[in-house]
Amino acid sequence: MPNTQRRRLFRVAASAVAVTLGATALAACGSSDDDGNGAQSGPVSLTYWTWTPGMDKVVDLWNKGPGKKDQITVTVKKQASGDTLVTKILTAHKAGKAPDLVQAEYQALPTLVSNDALADIAKNVGDVKGKFADGVWQQTTLGTDAVYAVPQDIGPMMFYYREDLFKEYGLTVPTTWEQFAQTARALKKKSPETDLTTFSANDSGLFAGLAQQAGAKWWTTSGDKWQVGINDAATRKVADFWGGLVKEGAVDNQPMYTPAWNKALNTGKQIAWVSAVWAPGTLTTAAPDTKGKWAMAPLPQWSQTDNVTGSWGGSSTAVTTDSENKEAAAKFAAWLNTDGDALNALAKESGIYPASSSAQLSGAFISPPAYFSNQADFYTTAAKIAKTTAPSAWGPNVNVAYTTFKDAFGAAAKDKSDFSAALDKMQADTVADMKKQGFEVSE
Amino acid sequence: MSSLAVHKAPAAADATGAEHSNRPPRRRLSLVPTITLLLGALYCLLPVAWVVIASTKSGSELFSTFTFLPGSGFTDNLTDLNAYRDGIYWQWMANSALYAGLGALLSTCVSAFSGYALATYRFRGRETMFNVLLAGVLMPPIILAIPQYLLMAQADLTDSYWSVLLPQVLSPYGVYLARIYAAAAVPSDVVEAGRMDGAGEWRIFTRIALPMMIPGMVTVFLFQFVAVWNNFLLPYIMLSDDEKFPITLGLFTLLEQGANTPALYTLVITGAFLAVLPLVALFLVIQRFWSLDLLSGAVKS
Repeated sequence: MPNTQRRRLFRVAASAVAVTLGATALAACGSSDDDGNGAQSGPVSLTYWTWTPGMDKVVDLWNKGPGKKDQITVTVKKQASGDTLVTKILTAHKAGKAPDLVQAEYQALPTLVSNDALADIAKNVGDVKGKFADGVWQQTTLGTDAVYAVPQDIGPMMFYYREDLFKEYGLTVPTTWEQFAQTARALKKKSPETDLTTFSANDSGLFAGLAQQAGAKWWTTSGDKWQVGINDAATRKVADFWGGLVKEGAVDNQPMYTPAWNKALNTGKQIAWVSAVWAPGTLTTAAPDTKGKWAMAPLPQWSQTDNVTGSWGGSSTAVTTDSENKEAAAKFAAWLNTDGDALNALAKESGIYPASSSAQLSGAFISPPAYFSNQADFYTTAAKIAKTTAPSAWGPNVNVAYTTFKDAFGAAAKDKSDFSAALDKMQADTVADMKKQGFEVSE
Repeated sequence: MSSLAVHKAPAAADATGAEHSNRPPRRRLSLVPTITLLLGALYCLLPVAWVVIASTKSGSELFSTFTFLPGSGFTDNLTDLNAYRDGIYWQWMANSALYAGLGALLSTCVSAFSGYALATYRFRGRETMFNVLLAGVLMPPIILAIPQYLLMAQADLTDSYWSVLLPQVLSPYGVYLARIYAAAAVPSDVVEAGRMDGAGEWRIFTRIALPMMIPGMVTVFLFQFVAVWNNFLLPYIMLSDDEKFPITLGLFTLLEQGANTPALYTLVITGAFLAVLPLVALFLVIQRFWSLDLLSGAVKS
């Protein structure tokens, strides 16, 4: 009977639908054909993952200018910043699909390099080295002969304070951390409701920068082995200093970037902030009513004779090992971060503070940021401070150290308990994770 | 006081109207469940109220005025959102509608086919297949995202609309629900009767079984639509071109712009508020299909 036949056919077909659709959805029809990978000669098109706002406009300058001449077209694919992007790059790299160019924070470079995701572009960009301060350039070489990225922006740390309220309370701007502590105590005496600042554990970059200023070297290598010095003497000094201030109540212990923190800054309940060169942007949204009342000074020092700062934030442009056109990509990366027009556009469109020393005093950086219109020499001071940036020493699992910092120091700040124990936990967790990942760690 | 008066009035009216005495006794307002439900509603609605109110605040009002005091910046926020990178927000909205609409539709079709087949036909391996699907229900889709990315990469489909649509087409939960629903709503007698009358299997499915399964399929559609609309990790891993981003991802990039630029809180909040509206509208429109549920099940007693 044709009817039964048809019925059986349908039955088979229907069950096949149930199976194959399941299979296709999961397997996503497996035919893979490597589409023609662009040869080195002829037009080249590159993709670039970046979170910098306005980067598409800067890249347009390249595509219409030097890129057009060299037949190298760059396409911006805007991403969200942060650790999640590192994960995304590594996932894409696993599939051999990473973009040609990526933006990466300095502390993420060792992670990317140890996963073999970044190409050595020393041969293609070697001569741009002179455009950057040594401490900045060293972060992209990881202390080797290779070059894994071109520095884009930096975040030298500075001390921000309410100029008017300092005057009102009769405080002087501290130049050493000892004076900083005294200022905090003096303020508490005059106005118990007001805090000089807060110790916040929700952005590990701040603590890392302070430790860096004190001379800490969290990750170093000797031979084939890593050495982790998160609980070294310098970092312990920083941890104990802040732990002491929190414990005696001289500074607040509430986290940054919360509505309450914004309010405290906006209403003068907190009158200073240890931050970096990008602070004007944050203050614009956090404390809009106090525009023009803030001033910036160098970070307090550990001894009167020192002149050194840490860095908080900053990023670079790197070429991936998946790129078929590494030479062209490196050429673009070098142009983006050293060419005058490009850096001007980056400053104007994206508000970045350039890593390239020559750009720090030109173009957009001749006049102070609008929020600091009262401090005419803002960027000249900033450029001077930037030169004093201490070298940094990042390792392959900064993300783990940072997460432990947030947990351990967050709890310690809340309970006003011993910061030293939190630091030891950070060290232990970081070492344990490195061993788990298969790195050789000497103790 | 006033509640006492209200209670008294019907009592007085009782004497005149005879039909009143036949009324079931007035249900007692049980306090504990009511308060629990009210608290639950408050818990769920408070964040929504926050988003609604915060979206009316301008940047300077956002953190400085009282949380539940409406601000004056709603139209400015809308204009800013509209102007941000030439209105890319609406592109994200359209993408989300495509991923969620088409994805949920395809997924519902597959669920209907497979659910009906699993419920109506007996074939070897049916239970095994169903059990595998059940295991799939227990598997959180999040842990499949990276393997799915690697598979898509082999097929050269990453960073395409398909890379987000295809993995959503098969929803184990949808198939499971469709089977249960088909088994309950489509009596085998009806299918047999169709065969007696000479209808082909396809005809029986589309003309007889499918209409009976509609309420269940609406549920599957809604579940899947909401799941895709809110999905984050899958599109996050699959897509790199922000012209193809759904709204969840777009708002995330608005929030995470690095430290150099002021955070776009007001845009993100306004964007989040607008992104909820289509879901609310969808629920209000589709809700009516659920009431069919009782009617359509009553084919035989």
